[in-house]
Amino acid sequence: MSGASAEKLLEIRDLKMHFPVREGILLRAAKFNKAVDGVSLDIAPGETLGLVGESGCGKSTLGRCIVNLYRPMSGDIFFEGQEISRLKNRDVLPYRQNIQMIFQDPMESLNGRQTIGDILEEPLVIHKIGNSTSRKQRVRELLDIVGMPARSVSRFPFEFSGGQRQRIGIARAIALNPKLLVCDEPVSALDVSIQSQILNLLVDLQKEFNLSYLFIAHDLAVVKHISDRIAIMYLGRIVETGDSETIHLNSRHPYTRSLLSAIPVPDPHNKKQRIVLEGDVPSPIDPPQGCLFHPRCSFRQDRCKSQSPSLRMRNEAPSHQFACHFDLEFSKQA
Amino acid sequence: MTQPLLTVDRLAVEFDTDEGVVRAVDDLSFSVAPGETLGIVGESGCGKSVTALSIMRLLPQPMGSIAGGSISFQGQNLAGLSIEQMQKIRGASIGMVFQEPMTALNPVKPIGKQLIESLLLHTDMDVPQAIRRAIEMLDHVGIPSPDIRMGEYPHQLSGGMRQRVVIAMALICSPALLIADEPTTALDVTIQAQILELIKKLQAEMDMAVILITHDLGVIAETCDTVAVMYAGRMAESGTVFDIFDRPEHPYTQGLLDSIPRLDLPGKQRLNTIRGMVPGLLDLPPGCRFENRCPHRVARCATDVPGIETVSGLHKVSCFNRQPQAAGDERAGR
Repeated sequence: MSGASAEKLLEIRDLKMHFPVREGILLRAAKFNKAVDGVSLDIAPGETLGLVGESGCGKSTLGRCIVNLYRPMSGDIFFEGQEISRLKNRDVLPYRQNIQMIFQDPMESLNGRQTIGDILEEPLVIHKIGNSTSRKQRVRELLDIVGMPARSVSRFPFEFSGGQRQRIGIARAIALNPKLLVCDEPVSALDVSIQSQILNLLVDLQKEFNLSYLFIAHDLAVVKHISDRIAIMYLGRIVETGDSETIHLNSRHPYTRSLLSAIPVPDPHNKKQRIVLEGDVPSPIDPPQGCLFHPRCSFRQDRCKSQSPSLRMRNEAPSHQFACHFDLEFSKQA
Repeated sequence: MTQPLLTVDRLAVEFDTDEGVVRAVDDLSFSVAPGETLGIVGESGCGKSVTALSIMRLLPQPMGSIAGGSISFQGQNLAGLSIEQMQKIRGASIGMVFQEPMTALNPVKPIGKQLIESLLLHTDMDVPQAIRRAIEMLDHVGIPSPDIRMGEYPHQLSGGMRQRVVIAMALICSPALLIADEPTTALDVTIQAQILELIKKLQAEMDMAVILITHDLGVIAETCDTVAVMYAGRMAESGTVFDIFDRPEHPYTQGLLDSIPRLDLPGKQRLNTIRGMVPGLLDLPPGCRFENRCPHRVARCATDVPGIETVSGLHKVSCFNRQPQAAGDERAGR
């Protein structure tokens, strides 16, 4: 497969991941949950791409396809120019070293019966890196990088708070010096004062090790803080991508606008006009015809009900793409 | 000033655990006027939910108990009422909305049956009247085709719809006070916006007081008149929403406000953090509970418990070394 550009670390082309919904006595897959339905994205070295959407929009499924936890139905994932989604199991290992993942709930993603030392050493053992002494040395180094005391090695996950466990999860993810970290809601289970500590740690690590992040979250304020570029996902598709500032100030898709306006602002003087969306997110098993967003969109017209808009560039800013039939100019927020 | 509807005075709540008696709430005082919204904000374990459960007298039995103080509501001390007396108040003059609507609803009963229950218990309506009132209430909280929904089970509704049903249930007897414990935390932002609008609308129509418990300072800023900031079971600071957001004097309030990522600030900068973490309730420090994390601590913070001082009007702070903002430093407008 050719055409993947070398300067991109990760390139995703028209990725589809449909889960069969089995029904009836014979458990025939009559319908499909179109969790990811034709997504294309790319990430440059050292860049953070934020991926935002509501629950069920497919953002976690996309993340799991990238780290090879799911095998996508169709489409390609290029890592440094090499297609990785259809590799055989034994050929995947080197890419696993370069693409690691941080999960939302560090209690569930750390083995409660292993000590912190064993948890951090495990990736090194699996990838046959160093000997026992050098691995122990590396574990201490990792703890230091994420700001945990060296005596943590002999302790168990339950002895730590949520924020500390997330630090351990991050230490494990960077143990193999990966190039890309897929962070799936890494701070949404944490308290505000701890959340800011973890966000700072992620920013520091990125500078120090030139890491790339795919930062998946539902909180647009957090995503905007940490990301260079943002992609907004709705019902399995990307509806808008652009630089963080462009998305914040100049977004063109009505869904992005309503997401932005739905965020409560910690300022009692700010009495902004809010676009309150009607209704709920439709089911990805039976998505609406035409534009996926049209049942909730206040700007919909007849063609939105039949024609599905594809991502297009904005003339003035080619890096800004949106999937809407209209080029709606929204008045800027105060 | 109008007579307060609810006054909590020097409330202390204790839990009898295997490792000893834990004081989850200590020396907590606040009041709510009719029609007013009080926000209680704090991080996990600060005692905000325990406060709500104490007012409702729903502390887990037999471990939890009110160890001191009074809760006066419409001239009665709720802390001293019998179970039977309390049942007449719960659901009738105080309604409650919980975080997770699926656990607040009975999964094997149609929602209509659950809705009319409190009407039959607290009013002299007969079943047809109660059904009419329940359909009216469902319509009021924005549930489409309410007469059909009456016969459906909770699992047939989406998360946002379920929370609307829980709100309808809490408000069906027109209570004077609604306690909402993290009512939108489990919901997506666009649905959160819908639910907050709904609570505001119903509050205005019914002239009801609301206690909104949340960890989200954005939600507080947008919905509350007065705010109480709790830390490790005690009140750190309280006042009007403008006191707390424009002129906070407690280092914890200031730290919290500074650590939220905001849309209107440039990204990828280090956030201010509060170092360290909340002390466990079993080994609380003898002095101020924020002492170990406080950037402005003085010697006596480690030994003495700060009392609650009035700054001006409703604005009260519990700190030995208050940090008034320099004049002209408009925090919220940064």
